[in-house]
Amino acid sequence: MLNFVTEIFSSYPWLIVLVKVLGVFAVIMPMVAYSVMAERRISALIQDRIGPNRVGIPFTRVKLLGLGQPLADGLKSFLKEDFTPAYVKRIFFWLAPAVAMIPSFVVFAVIPFGSFLGAQKMVIADLNVGILFTFGIVSLGVYGIVLAGYASNSKYPFLGGIRSSAQMISYEIAMGMAVVPVFMLAADSAWQSNLTGTWKGYLDGVGLLNLSSVIAYQSDSFFSWMIFKQPIAFCIFLVAIFAETNRLPFDMPESETELVAGYNTEYSSMRFALFFMGEYAAMIAGSALMVVLFCGGWTLPLGATLDPNGYFSTPADGIIQGVLHMVVFIMKIAVFLVLMIWIRWMLPRFRYDQLMNIGWKRFLPVSLANIILTAIVLWATA
Amino acid sequence: MKVERAKLTWFERLYIPSILNGFKVTLRHFFSWKRSKVYGDKQSSYSAKLTMQYPEEKWPVPDGYRGAPYLVKDEDANTKCVSCQLCEFVCPPKAIRITPPGQSGEADREGAEKMPKEFDINMLRCIYCGFCQEVCPEEAIYLLKDYAITGENREELIFNKEKLLSLGGEDKRAYAHHTQDGVTEGIKKWEKKTQEAKDQPAFH
Repeated sequence: MLNFVTEIFSSYPWLIVLVKVLGVFAVIMPMVAYSVMAERRISALIQDRIGPNRVGIPFTRVKLLGLGQPLADGLKSFLKEDFTPAYVKRIFFWLAPAVAMIPSFVVFAVIPFGSFLGAQKMVIADLNVGILFTFGIVSLGVYGIVLAGYASNSKYPFLGGIRSSAQMISYEIAMGMAVVPVFMLAADSAWQSNLTGTWKGYLDGVGLLNLSSVIAYQSDSFFSWMIFKQPIAFCIFLVAIFAETNRLPFDMPESETELVAGYNTEYSSMRFALFFMGEYAAMIAGSALMVVLFCGGWTLPLGATLDPNGYFSTPADGIIQGVLHMVVFIMKIAVFLVLMIWIRWMLPRFRYDQLMNIGWKRFLPVSLANIILTAIVLWATA
Repeated sequence: MKVERAKLTWFERLYIPSILNGFKVTLRHFFSWKRSKVYGDKQSSYSAKLTMQYPEEKWPVPDGYRGAPYLVKDEDANTKCVSCQLCEFVCPPKAIRITPPGQSGEADREGAEKMPKEFDINMLRCIYCGFCQEVCPEEAIYLLKDYAITGENREELIFNKEKLLSLGGEDKRAYAHHTQDGVTEGIKKWEKKTQEAKDQPAFH
């Protein structure tokens, strides 16, 4: 039986990819649901409320701190009327939620979410241009928003779409520039040629822009994490991710307080839920990117005393180790998710000219200076 | 109009102090676990959550609140209503329906002249105006403190005599509601009314 299965998988390699895709999807969807839940509870506690704490296991009286709430929310979205207003541009109106949601899921294709599980490297598409692919896909998400604003044929969504496009051109460049020093450090072929143990198999044949090699670079100790080596790049990237995922303080396209609900004002039912899921999936994708680029990915360099064999900081041999690495990765994502939710209830919204000001006049020069500084340091220490 | 902007120092313009303050304030509110009863001390401090967990916790209803009208019993647990039908006639939404006993009607105790055979209040129609309480010569119907009248169908919300009596009479809420200055034995509405009439200056 087992032979039969391995035979099938070896003769059809795309089946493995399919299994990975389904596995990632099966983890992301509950994470989306529960980050909405976390958003509601954390916002409530910060605002001196209690938040949804009633829904538990269906048809019983077990409340479980309201953990059944996402289930109820999802069911409600399915049962609501899917209303299409008159005079909308129908095809674009139908297309926009999908266009907004798909890119945020596609980003997960290149993110290494674990080391090994069996012989399989835990990344769906181990692209050598991983980071470029990510930036390419991530910026597509804006099209969904702009399309929704344009197709709705209504003034508030339109304003939301305009703001979204203005927002995109202001953070995207700084975001790309911020990541350059990270790869200047990580894409150094000298240390890649003297890898040891399981790292050899993990980085077998990957290029220097591959996201796994950034993880390998950060696996030595906590201080080799990019968050400590490139703090300026981290700050700029963090802010850019907030703008990218349309989270407060940069939620210009949505601006509940001034634009009703921004780009998704005219949407109802499951199509609205698609925007919503897209937003939270983008948050998770952004957090995953920050974890991979700046916080060591799935590794946990506990040091020689706590973890002498590098159980948490070298690619896995066994199944349990592989699963633990994925758990570490998800926990790190959760920390960033909580940070993003927390910030939302803390800072007021920027005007979009202010965001453009920050993006073009502050972050772009600073990130360029950071590249030059890193180059000088590398040159001096070489 | 020109708004004067405060001149910020370079440190303030980094946004970092205000971000740190934001973390501080939100954390302080996040970890305010104390739960206080109802408003009261809640507004004065940030250490309590404002939410009232409704079905488990309820507001203390103030005295004089006009809730649902119920029939009350006297001190000996006898029905006070004498089926005069004044409340039925005065009721603006016609929520009350009284079926009088007729000539052969029986009272539940000796000395009582008359009491209703049926006494229905349709709680779906009642507007809580209090006219029935105002008009009742026997002090038999009172607007008590119940405000959440719920049911699964319309029939369930037409309260009959037994239900009204059991809701209104058992815990003497009507008496506590109107007790003044240590008067504990009943309500004595008409005594008061007579006294008020006597206290008025002569009419002629």
